[in-house]
Amino acid sequence: MKIIEIIISGLNIGVIYAMIALGYTMVYGIAKLLNFAHGDIIMVGGYAICVFCAMSGSRTFFFVSIVAAVIICTVLGIVVERVAYRPLRGATPIAVLITAIGISYLLQSLAQIIFGSAQRYVTVPDLGKIMIGSLGIKWSTIITLAASVIVMVSLSLFVKYSRIGRAMIAVSEDRGASQLMGINVNIIITITFAIGSALAALAGLFYLLQSPYITNTFGAMPGIKAFTAAVIGGIGSIPGAMIGSLVLGLIESICDTIVPIAPYKDAIEFSILIIILLVKPTGLLGKVRREKV
Amino acid sequence: MSEYVLQTNNLGISFGGLKAVQNVNLAIKEHQIYGLIGPNGAGKTTIFNLLTGVYMPTYGDFSLCGESLVGLSQEKINHHGIARTFQNIRLFNNMTVVRNVMVGLAHQPEYKCDLLSSILHLPRHRKTEYAMRERAKEILKIFDLYDERNAIACNLPYGKQRKLEIARALATKPKLILLDEPAAGMNPNETAELMDTIRFIRDSFNVTVLLIEHDMKFVSGLCDELTVLNFGTVLAQGKTDEVLKNPEVIKAYIGG
Repeated sequence: MKIIEIIISGLNIGVIYAMIALGYTMVYGIAKLLNFAHGDIIMVGGYAICVFCAMSGSRTFFFVSIVAAVIICTVLGIVVERVAYRPLRGATPIAVLITAIGISYLLQSLAQIIFGSAQRYVTVPDLGKIMIGSLGIKWSTIITLAASVIVMVSLSLFVKYSRIGRAMIAVSEDRGASQLMGINVNIIITITFAIGSALAALAGLFYLLQSPYITNTFGAMPGIKAFTAAVIGGIGSIPGAMIGSLVLGLIESICDTIVPIAPYKDAIEFSILIIILLVKPTGLLGKVRREKV
Repeated sequence: MSEYVLQTNNLGISFGGLKAVQNVNLAIKEHQIYGLIGPNGAGKTTIFNLLTGVYMPTYGDFSLCGESLVGLSQEKINHHGIARTFQNIRLFNNMTVVRNVMVGLAHQPEYKCDLLSSILHLPRHRKTEYAMRERAKEILKIFDLYDERNAIACNLPYGKQRKLEIARALATKPKLILLDEPAAGMNPNETAELMDTIRFIRDSFNVTVLLIEHDMKFVSGLCDELTVLNFGTVLAQGKTDEVLKNPEVIKAYIGG
């Protein structure tokens, strides 16, 4: 029973990381930039849910708040890309990276100005538990798992079978050639940011279902962890991000249950990242990039 | 409507103080196969990059069928009807052969599909995707690539990758196709076959061809007219056989 509990909790953490890691990996794969402000989109989504839930305690309003958070994050992602990253297209990667870090601090500071630096309690509804034998599973966990699986499957299908997905793959393979084949790269990158940010909003929601407290650095640690997961899986690869996240989630949940090492779980996770990168520098599913000669 | 498909007017570009290409005047008539030759570093690929919007010209302009395209983005220029291949092949390596061609087709008006239908896979999306796949297969048949349609592009042999690149470019329905060293790395048989293919696509796809090539046999056998570049400027221009007899051209090539 203990093992099942560990696995379920690991999957729960894992799919949340996957929601975030997909944003990192898609943006990296398609726009070739590391969007370090991605974690803070989660925080904005969290505050959006916080504000809307505070307006009313009712359950219907909770669902409205989810929709609102997704919309707000999507728009924010598009705006950030348009204002901060698009003017830098063609600039050195370092300039874009620094801008991303700048955006991250900007969002955190704005949140601090608006909501203060104290931790806030978010009135998400308590959904209770379901008992399977002696095993109690929270409804929130089931919803998180189910919703994430649906999202991940539909995203994979979308990228694989839709026209926009095909254009996304084309841009990620060769931006220049795609443009010369008539693909509007700006629109593709905008759509990528929109999808990534919408997923980040969902990740924010799932986090709040686990522990309903929020601060302005709410997204920082999950952001870094999900980035780690994306790198473990092979950044740029969508299935890689999912697998990397599940691996990281399971490791985290195992560390949590072994009391003596629980405080060191972050250190353990990042050490595993280093080890995996030493053995396989491109990550689990990453492709070896052939240099053009 | 101008009588020329492509016309450039004193086209030129400087990188910093370096004048890479200057005063290039090309006038290519419909249905011509036009060659752009010159020693390495003469600025041939730079001209391709100017014509496809990769670089902004510093001087002059160019027009397709009388319409100036200077300053348009690369995809807009493609939509107006210029497509190209690359000196070092740039396929979408991890996609299948047929999907490579479909990427080129996706912007044709007859396969247009709105964002919502595409996201939700509504019937319109399915219908246009199906039509597009069928069209892609037809194009692949022309290039003798039909049997490899589900292969991953990077696994094709070199000669077939070159063909696929031309097929993908043609899928965007260009008026003018730019081929950057199409015969590079091919053996004499493949080169002869490629000459036939280029003539065939000119007729069946109704395109005008501008190509860069070093293989003189290929150029003299295929091109109606030539422009010879040397150090970024035009050295000679005119009918192929006349240009190749020009002593200046021979000197630039042999270095006398």
